[in-house]
Amino acid sequence: MKFVDEYRDQAKAEDLAQAIARIATKPWSIMEVCGGQTHSIVKYGIDELLPEHITLLHGPGCPVCVTPLELIDKALLIAARPEVIFCSFGDMLRVPGSGGDLFSVKAKGADVRIVYSPLEALKIARDNPRQEVVFFAVGFETTAPANAMAVFQAHAQKLPNFSVLVSHVLVPPAIAAILSAPDNRTQGFLAAGHVCTVMGFEEYLPLAQTFHVPIVVTGFEPVDILQGILMCVEQLEQGRAEVENQYARSVQRKGNRPAQELMSKVFRVVARKWRGVGEIPNSGFGLRDAFAAYDAETRFGVTGYHVDEDSECIAGQVLRGVKKPQECPAFGTRCTPERPLGATMVSSEGACAAYYQYRRHEQTSLAAGRRS
Amino acid sequence: MCLAVPGKILDVNGSETTRTGTVSFGGVSKEACLAFVPEAKVGDYVLVHAGFAISVVDEAEAAQTLEYFRQMGELRELEGKP
Amino acid sequence: MAPTKSTDKPEASFPVGCPVPITNQDFVTLAHGGGGRMMHNLIDRIVIPAFGNQPLESRHDGAVMRIDKGRLAFTTDSYVVHPLFFPGGDIGTLAVTGTVNDLAMCGARPLCLSAGLILEEGLPMATLERVVASMALTAKAAKVDIVTGDTKVVDRGKGDGLFVNTAGIGIIEHDLAIAPTSVRPGDAILLSGDVGRHGVAIMAVREGLQFETTLETDCAPLAEPVLALLGAGIEVHCLRDLTRGGLATTLIEIAESSRLHLGVSERDITIEEDVCGACEILGLDPLYLANEGRFVAFVPPAQADRALQVLRLHSVSATAVRIGAVSESPAALVTLHSRIGTKRILDMHSGEQLPRIC
Repeated sequence: MKFVDEYRDQAKAEDLAQAIARIATKPWSIMEVCGGQTHSIVKYGIDELLPEHITLLHGPGCPVCVTPLELIDKALLIAARPEVIFCSFGDMLRVPGSGGDLFSVKAKGADVRIVYSPLEALKIARDNPRQEVVFFAVGFETTAPANAMAVFQAHAQKLPNFSVLVSHVLVPPAIAAILSAPDNRTQGFLAAGHVCTVMGFEEYLPLAQTFHVPIVVTGFEPVDILQGILMCVEQLEQGRAEVENQYARSVQRKGNRPAQELMSKVFRVVARKWRGVGEIPNSGFGLRDAFAAYDAETRFGVTGYHVDEDSECIAGQVLRGVKKPQECPAFGTRCTPERPLGATMVSSEGACAAYYQYRRHEQTSLAAGRRS
Repeated sequence: MCLAVPGKILDVNGSETTRTGTVSFGGVSKEACLAFVPEAKVGDYVLVHAGFAISVVDEAEAAQTLEYFRQMGELRELEGKP
Repeated sequence: MAPTKSTDKPEASFPVGCPVPITNQDFVTLAHGGGGRMMHNLIDRIVIPAFGNQPLESRHDGAVMRIDKGRLAFTTDSYVVHPLFFPGGDIGTLAVTGTVNDLAMCGARPLCLSAGLILEEGLPMATLERVVASMALTAKAAKVDIVTGDTKVVDRGKGDGLFVNTAGIGIIEHDLAIAPTSVRPGDAILLSGDVGRHGVAIMAVREGLQFETTLETDCAPLAEPVLALLGAGIEVHCLRDLTRGGLATTLIEIAESSRLHLGVSERDITIEEDVCGACEILGLDPLYLANEGRFVAFVPPAQADRALQVLRLHSVSATAVRIGAVSESPAALVTLHSRIGTKRILDMHSGEQLPRIC
């Protein structure tokens, strides 16, 4: 596939890995913010190619993982209602709430449907005028334009039976929260390439300056990630703290203006709670008053609900890069993809799930290798 | 946030917020909303996420990146590295 | 099936002296499962003519066949696929092919099948006819007869349209023990063709995910290439068809059963461009997608080339390739050598792969 295969090329990957090894004279810790990048790093074994003293930390770039527990519970409550057709991206189906997930609610008879695009949920609403269709609007800034358009079109078409359960989160406040924490270990960032495709990268300039960290906007294929790491290490070695763009084939400085315009018509910035991290001010999107009629929480009367996280789950520390999944006492034993304690084990982007799928045998195989 | 895939626009319909197009991804095609890429035309490659094109692939930039890699590869050969 | 004393012509449209008209019904009703005239008409009109063979036509409770001494293979599977019809096939095609292939994976020549149909009240008769016709066609292509079976009807809402169970018997005409426990370090791992097609064909017609593709399921009977391998004297150690969970899950199952290590190379595994495209947009891994006409074979390394030659003579395995080898350790694990030169251990997914946007 064009614009994909070229960035999965072994020779290029090796060239970049060797370039990194050549210039890295000191140990550095770099965080990738986006779950899709985590997925790629673990799937392609990119850290295998890096010199030992470069550490990759996995950040909170999985909107599925950071959706607060009470919002999952609200989704379950709404989905269980007989008049509701609950539509969601596949990612959310297995995220555990306080008692079950969307899959188990479906098993009990709820009408829960996976869609690829929020516009498909709109179509379901048009095709089922006697049912209430609710769409789980989760995501970072990348998905916000799509979700905004769904609400905008519902309003234009005067669709009475469509609403959205909003859980949008923003990346720059999360980066600020990570860098401000006293136990922060991150020295450089790979910013999320598709978030920046929508938003541009100007809002990262003050972050780079204030906290003196290099930020490289990076793509998702192994060659992209390696090039992003190379650019970040170069900056660290040279003591620079600038915003650079590795993903120039997709990202422009100012981002996608039509998308941003529609987003600001439909959404406003609000405080949002991040599962495992806590509330971060100005870190999410909520519907503007003009579109408040499409808010599912209000429509179904599930506002003002509070729930506590499982105490054993250390997802918050994993999301901030402070701990690795294997350092959790429950990892692989009391917490597995089949019985997850927290969202980082459920979503395929979550650091814990990624490690479980690709890495948990490493200790076994290393030990076996030494014995044979 | 994350999964956006480059595909080639095969046709375009509608206008403004209802502008859509058939986009081909290695032989499989799906309709995508093109409202956010008003400049995109048939033959362009766009990055599609959740049924929406969020950018037009800048082929010149892509070519530049690949050229950079090519030069890196050549340099390594000249330096006699494996 | 119970014997019938009917002298009515199966295609009779109007009853004589019966209060309930037995018209040519458009939909399956509970009466069709009642054991009475309507059920017999359904079997006589739709099922028996389609499968047409002597044991079935005798309409006895079971089929009786004569076989030579030796070993038998016996298998069963139930089919609940939804939607019932998908590009290139339907539940009927799957029901026959799946069981035939399980017999083939034992190294058996498929002999005969049974077919149990569970119909939901309200199923259009035309749908039933179409599925039965598919089963008949597929059975003919696979050179098996459907010699016995059963039909039941369940209340509306209790059946998802149509469920099929098939069981199969095959004759084993060799002395090999074909099983994961026969796999040996050094064995070559052969794959009969490209992967992921069936999974993508099903996704293409699922609501909420539709996309346009010319891709069809890879559903196909596999007995011929397997029997050809055995006939050519290849010492086959293990066979497994890929089905649900895909190539990755199959390899993991064999690694775990055999307690050996399987190493495979991503570069050698063919994935068609259409399948790649679909997987990219839905965020799926093709190595974990269902197949219905592909298998892996484990053979001694010295016979690998010859085995590939034999496989490539059959259209269903024309693109067979060697994808890796067996070794001792690390035990019970599968390592994938990635296209960028790194390695990762393949693990099972906990449930069905779901499309994602994240």
